[in-house]
Amino acid sequence: MDQVFWHRIQFIITVTYHYLFPQLTMGLALLIVVMKGLSLKNRDALYNESARFWARIFGLNFAMGVVTGIPLEFQFGTNWSRFSDYAGDVIGQTLAMEGVFAFFLESAFLGLFLYGERKLSARGHFAAAFALFLGSWISGYFIIATNAFMQHPVGYTLGEDGRLHLADFAAFVLNPWALWQYAHNMAASVLTAGFVVAAVGAYWSLMGKHARHARVNLRLGMITAAVSSVLLVFPTGDEHGKMVARHQPATLAAMEGVFQGGPFAELAIIGQPDVAARKLENPIVLPGMLSFLAYGTFGSVVQGIDDFPEADRPGNIELLYYAYHIMAGLGTLFMLTAAVGGFLLWKGRLERTRWMLWILLLAFPFPYIATTAGWWTAELGRQPWIVYGLLRTEAGGSSSVHPGNVVFSILGFSGLYILLSFLFVDHLRRQIVAGPEPSGSH
Amino acid sequence: MEALWFAIASLMLAAYAILDGFDFGAGVLHRVVARTDEERKVVLAAIGPVWDGNEVWLIAAGGVLFMAFPRAYSAAFSGFYMPLMMVLWLLILRGISIEFRLHADNPIGRELWDSVFSLASALLAIVLGAAIGNVARGVPVDANGEFVAPLFTNFLASGRCGVLDWYTVLVGLFALILLAAHGALYLAWKTAGPVHDRAWRLAGVLWRVVVPLWLAATAATSWVQWEIFANLIARPWSWLLVAVMVAGLVGVVQFMRQGRELAAFLSSCGFMLGVLGATMAGNYPYWLRSTLDPAYGLTAAGTAASAHGLRLALAWWIPGILLAVGYFCYLFRSMRGKVNQEIPAQRV
Ligand code: HDD
Ligand code: HEM
Ligand code: HEM
Repeated sequence: MDQVFWHRIQFIITVTYHYLFPQLTMGLALLIVVMKGLSLKNRDALYNESARFWARIFGLNFAMGVVTGIPLEFQFGTNWSRFSDYAGDVIGQTLAMEGVFAFFLESAFLGLFLYGERKLSARGHFAAAFALFLGSWISGYFIIATNAFMQHPVGYTLGEDGRLHLADFAAFVLNPWALWQYAHNMAASVLTAGFVVAAVGAYWSLMGKHARHARVNLRLGMITAAVSSVLLVFPTGDEHGKMVARHQPATLAAMEGVFQGGPFAELAIIGQPDVAARKLENPIVLPGMLSFLAYGTFGSVVQGIDDFPEADRPGNIELLYYAYHIMAGLGTLFMLTAAVGGFLLWKGRLERTRWMLWILLLAFPFPYIATTAGWWTAELGRQPWIVYGLLRTEAGGSSSVHPGNVVFSILGFSGLYILLSFLFVDHLRRQIVAGPEPSGSH
Repeated sequence: MEALWFAIASLMLAAYAILDGFDFGAGVLHRVVARTDEERKVVLAAIGPVWDGNEVWLIAAGGVLFMAFPRAYSAAFSGFYMPLMMVLWLLILRGISIEFRLHADNPIGRELWDSVFSLASALLAIVLGAAIGNVARGVPVDANGEFVAPLFTNFLASGRCGVLDWYTVLVGLFALILLAAHGALYLAWKTAGPVHDRAWRLAGVLWRVVVPLWLAATAATSWVQWEIFANLIARPWSWLLVAVMVAGLVGVVQFMRQGRELAAFLSSCGFMLGVLGATMAGNYPYWLRSTLDPAYGLTAAGTAASAHGLRLALAWWIPGILLAVGYFCYLFRSMRGKVNQEIPAQRV
């Protein structure tokens, strides 16, 4: 078993878990700003009550995001010390900037937003919500820029001491990979918030409760979902895919299950990769489509997995292939769902169409699944590199930490996170059942 | 350049200890100063708007340490693997207990979360002290610049020592009482009613215990690591920090006698700044000393990032930190005034 195995397992568990929370809060922050804005504009308590309801959900998610985020920052030192030693000169910049520019802003104004409604004017409270939104979106950028450096390192030099040093700050922070990854990731986050808000609206509608709030949530959620589901695929998903094709051809081959390369490469919609036989079983393909999507013409050559030396191929081709297809498949379904829901909304029939309300109610877990699958695609696809083309993952772990210790801390995190999940879901359920409080009941 | 970043990172860590310190202190005293549900909500509302922001000082200080001293960060964090994992679990438990407590709808749930909150705060206060004890004493850094710190070995403060020994436990105890006293002053300043009265009375008792413990910890430090004192004596600029420490302590005593709550709390902040600042100033150039051979220690210059990156970072750090300080001033100003029994209900 390779030396970093347990470090990887722990990081997978903790980062996947952490990301469930910011994924919602970043999108929700935007929707809260919209609700606060509508209440200012229309002088209507309805929107403000909705904003207050979602602020409670936000607060709970935020607290979970904070407590599960701190372990990630620590793990760069505790579990990935040789990686931190090697790349810290560069990625330390964005990680430190995230703390100084984003988390301070976000947390200071969250306190003000949650506790300060009576102390601030309506405008002031709107401004606090806006600062919160700004903080969470800035934080998203810096962490994505960190990850983008690992995917596609730019702006560094390799020093004589064998470590990476920062050479071009602007190139590093404005990594083209980061720009597309950020756009795609934020679209996913907004989509998540849209589906969650719509699901709560659908739930209240089906229960025949809080009718006016249900309508606000359904409308806002559906519009958000419709816009973001399109943006997710085009241009952001498409362009992000072109980045992968250009800079990580081995990853693209594995994602698409292309074993033997060549021109007029086919895009597989369905199929199971058989790594031993080096082919895709039972595929349904669009001829030439992959060449076109990746490089712009049907005749472009797409390299296959077999074109790369064994040591430079992603290790887990099956998981990578399925993760990618789950994300892209769900992306198509989201567009469909949002289109149907949007159409019913436009016709004014959404609240009475019970089957659609059921679909919306049951749809909210799927953006989480798609996003997790997307991140697994990105991170498994980067293998065997921790910094693409520069440092191998097996050389990035902490050598001084005994694997037994890591197994122990994995057990600790797992136990704690399972417990947290139950508590979190229980609290969330109670909030949603209770619904928004009418103004003045405080 | 490294010296400047050493000072910046130390200052940010001190800011974390002072700010989250009063949250820890309030947590330690939570069950003592507040008996009824309403009173407990007052304590939570007093720290509610600020605790998360305070905790960000840890994250930001960690980020700056990572950026400016990647080698010290990676060696120290992997060396302290197990203790840090436990710190993380405590931070998780403490953070969520505040949030879940607010929404708990039955007395057992509230009681449970109140207890988790207090216990985790107390343990974190001790750990924070023990961490500073480890910095002052040194750890078994080897020739490769790595170490593995077991939780404890033979409780002697030398050689292959563990994280806990008689010295670091003493510093941990000092930290526990100091943070409780610090938190009591914060609560006295921020609250009204019975919570205020109990906190104010407790502050008087606790500060009487802080002083002898402080003297004991100082004496123990001079015994374990005389070099810190030698450095302090040899560096006249660091006397300023010692002066801040002494002035802070005098201020606490003086202002408490006069019944001036805010001034007493600020003096307590000054005292902590002085204690931490003087320790770090005396420890410079080391982040972590080696108990095996002084030459193995992790120094600022030996673990720093490249000069180009450090210069650049200064260009964004200065405006960034000014902004952050601005937010905090605005936050504290907007939330000014005492928390009484009506205010907690205003949390959205
Ligand atoms: C709701 C979530 C969601 C949906 C529906 C989609 N994506 Fe996605 N995708 C993500 C959520 C996501 C993500 C989790 O946010 C990722 C992981 C890393 C990142 O920045 O975004 C991602 C990464 C990601 C990558 C990068 C993989 C790598 O770096 O190796 C590509 C090429 C795509 N996506 C392409 C698409 C396409 C073509 C989609 C539509 C058909 C699509 N995604 C739908
Ligand atoms: C944007 C910030 C992120 C950064 C900086 C980051 C960094 C890392 C690092 C250091 C590793 C360990 C080294 C390795 O195995 O290559 C890793 C692995 C991994 N991460 Fe991420 N990660 C980020 C986001 C995410 C998210 C949000 C997810 C999941 C939802 C994720 C999923 C994974 C997985 C599955 C692995 C394991 C890959 C493997 O070892 O085969 N990452 N990431
Ligand atoms: C290895 C990867 C990651 C690390 C080291 C990390 C680190 C952290 C830390 C330390 C916090 C707590 C900050 C606070 O007190 O406010 C946090 C929260 C947060 N993180 Fe992450 N994070 C990672 C992955 C991600 C990703 C992929 C995103 C999104 C793009 C993200 C976005 C956020 C946001 C928005 C918060 C604020 C809390 C919330 O809104 O729930 N993080 N993260």
